[in-house]
Amino acid sequence: MKKAFPIFALLTAVLLSYALYLALVWAPTEQTMGDVQRIFYYHVPSAWTAFLLFLINFVASVWYLVWRSVKADIIALVSAEVGVVFCTVVLVTGPIWARPVWGIWWTWDMRLTLTLVLWLIYVAYLVLRRFSSGTQTPLMAAVLAVFGALDVPLVYFSIWYFRTQHPSPVIGKGGSLDPRMWHVLLINWLAFLCFAFLVSWSRYRLEKTKREVEEMLALEALLEPKGLR
Amino acid sequence: MTYLYAAYAATWLIHIAYLGSVLARYQRLQREMQELKKR
Amino acid sequence: MTSLAAITGVTLRKDLRLEWRSKDAINSMLFFALLVVVIFSFSFNPTAEESRQIAGGLIWVAFLFAAVVALNQTWARELRNQVLDAYRVSPAPANALFLAKALGNFVFVSVLEAVMTPLFIIFYTLRALGPAWQLIPVAMLGTWALVVNGTFFAAMSIRTRSREIMLPLLLFPISIPALLAMVEATSAILTGEASAKFWIVLLAVYDLVFTMVSLLLFETVLGAE
Repeated sequence: MKKAFPIFALLTAVLLSYALYLALVWAPTEQTMGDVQRIFYYHVPSAWTAFLLFLINFVASVWYLVWRSVKADIIALVSAEVGVVFCTVVLVTGPIWARPVWGIWWTWDMRLTLTLVLWLIYVAYLVLRRFSSGTQTPLMAAVLAVFGALDVPLVYFSIWYFRTQHPSPVIGKGGSLDPRMWHVLLINWLAFLCFAFLVSWSRYRLEKTKREVEEMLALEALLEPKGLR
Repeated sequence: MTYLYAAYAATWLIHIAYLGSVLARYQRLQREMQELKKR
Repeated sequence: MTSLAAITGVTLRKDLRLEWRSKDAINSMLFFALLVVVIFSFSFNPTAEESRQIAGGLIWVAFLFAAVVALNQTWARELRNQVLDAYRVSPAPANALFLAKALGNFVFVSVLEAVMTPLFIIFYTLRALGPAWQLIPVAMLGTWALVVNGTFFAAMSIRTRSREIMLPLLLFPISIPALLAMVEATSAILTGEASAKFWIVLLAVYDLVFTMVSLLLFETVLGAE
């Protein structure tokens, strides 16, 4: 398992570089927006990756609630953290794209708004994990994750209807996509998925190590006063 | 055009910052583990 | 089912009676609510036409802040007297405790809203151009949406550091669809420019989903403390 990591890291680096080349050079220039549209190839895959990670968090949280598996808890934590990172990327690239195209920094665009709400929910999730007292943290976090996940379709519909009442610009291609653009988009998504996997794997290893250290410390504290060393 | 590069740069900055924090925490933990094993 | 309703009723009556006798929480909350309305009125001073556009948002933000103040003290009395431990070992269903607390909060927050609304109407010269009766289901469904999640998250916040800030931190993001619905519905009714029906249905669905989830998971949360 540990030997596969550097190989996979190298493959991912190559894939990301290739995807970058495709996005900046090979992909055709968009008619109306020009080269700025190429942000699309980073903005959209990041959003899809974030959503996938949050889905994983939901599954892991439910798994924890049912089976109280420590592994599930760690996966929930990791996927939430990495998901927030990718969400942040979406929220930063979105306005950077919107500004030159529509002259505004923010728009209540479907994807952007949904990402913002998810970002808020999962940052709250991470804060809860940090602020709650040790033993019950995984349980509380899992419960919150369920609430958050159930909220998502409601968020979606409320934003959708809001936009029909208050139309505003759509970030991204409104119409259909040139097949070459699809190709670049999907390659970039694949590259970012591999990258997300790498990052999550590293974070997972970190968390496991951290918990092992904590156990060792706890054991030490237990044995110390009894002079059993 | 600068917007395009700004977006790409921002993306990687965010990712590198996160990976950096994970790495730093890992190194700190390794040090703690060495100390614990010594005792 | 009867025992659930009975225990809920008893617990609720006890809470209301205790609050009515001491009146400490409700009095400070009422004053807070009044302050919020006045501050908002100083900060946003629109004309009668403009006010109809923004009043929906203003009122619900004010209600939200008042609700958080009420929700933060939900479990205070129980914590002071170690009631939660007693409840954990009793055969009484945990849901009864949750429902009683949520309903109690619903009553408190509704009282606050009943006090704040006439003040808002006065300060902003509000008059509904749409079907005003629809404001009642909006207010009831909206208040329940805030209260049901708020009571649940208040219970979750008990064993956390910075308990008072944890509650709004958890409540606000999850409440976004409900808040959007409340604000849009209120604006639609006040301005008469759109139909609030979709928003009312959304609020009803939101309430249904989160009431069920809260009832399902409260036992887990209670046991965890």
